[in-house]
Amino acid sequence: MVDKKSRGHINSDLEFKKKKHAREMKYQVLSFGLMIGLTIVAFLTVATDGVGSWFTIPFIILLAAIQVIFQLYYFMHMNQKGHEAPALFLYSGVFVAFITVLAFVTIIWW
Amino acid sequence: MQVQEKFTAETFPASPEKVTLEGKNKFLGFWLFLGGETVLFASLFATFLALRNSNAGDPPTTEMFDVTLVFIATMLLLTSSLTSVYAMYHMKNFSFGKMQLWLGITILLGAGFLGLEIYEFKHYTHEFGFTITSSALGSAFYTLVGTHGAHVAFGLMWISTLMIRNAKRGLNLYTAPKFYVASLYWHFIDVVWVFIFTVVYLMGMVG
Repeated sequence: MVDKKSRGHINSDLEFKKKKHAREMKYQVLSFGLMIGLTIVAFLTVATDGVGSWFTIPFIILLAAIQVIFQLYYFMHMNQKGHEAPALFLYSGVFVAFITVLAFVTIIWW
Repeated sequence: MQVQEKFTAETFPASPEKVTLEGKNKFLGFWLFLGGETVLFASLFATFLALRNSNAGDPPTTEMFDVTLVFIATMLLLTSSLTSVYAMYHMKNFSFGKMQLWLGITILLGAGFLGLEIYEFKHYTHEFGFTITSSALGSAFYTLVGTHGAHVAFGLMWISTLMIRNAKRGLNLYTAPKFYVASLYWHFIDVVWVFIFTVVYLMGMVG
């Protein structure tokens, strides 16, 4: 069941494929640098004296959220085509997560 | 293209994980599983957030947590996420040896992370008497961080089993989706850790 036509097509595409993968890799390395940077900023914010917790806590949670978006869209390839169903599954999970956390920090045991 | 077909760099498809129906099903099913995992960890995070000051005589988190240790653990896990990206890059370029090498580095970094976590738990237990039964904070802390650690341990076993089992098989349309899905799992572990170091450790140090 060898498809000769598509095989020839793939052959001529080797250079293109390699370039495409290298370009993806470049963005992934860039996003890794950014993630390291965000992590360091979060740790420094906590280590710095005189910054009120009213600022620190929302700020580091925002940094975590940004970092996770890079992880999901670049490292886990959600920026590529064909990720509609994964996005649906993941965001449904995030939605339930948000409600759960909201309920636990506002209503339960208070 | 057949599942067991032998490939070369020229003939290997650009996204080998999604060529076969089995690969597509794995991909879809695995993301559904990750959605479920998100809910699982959300319940543990929510519990921890609600109980994070209920230390019942245990030392407060501001006294116990060590910023250096957590920072090193975070860097290890974050870097292991990048090395598994490298592994997938080599997989797509049909370089089996390099993929195995980067997966091996990923495992070493992950093992380093797990070692630090075991040391940390032991330290809290012995130095502070802080255990899973000593307070509500302890229960919430060890359940959340421990569940994550169990995921890391499972990931290490999964990836090393894949590496050994497929060492002689090499890359084809049957093995590529297996490696791809394992790397997704590894990244997800890192996603969870980002929230753990932020919500548990950094917020715990702020008070």
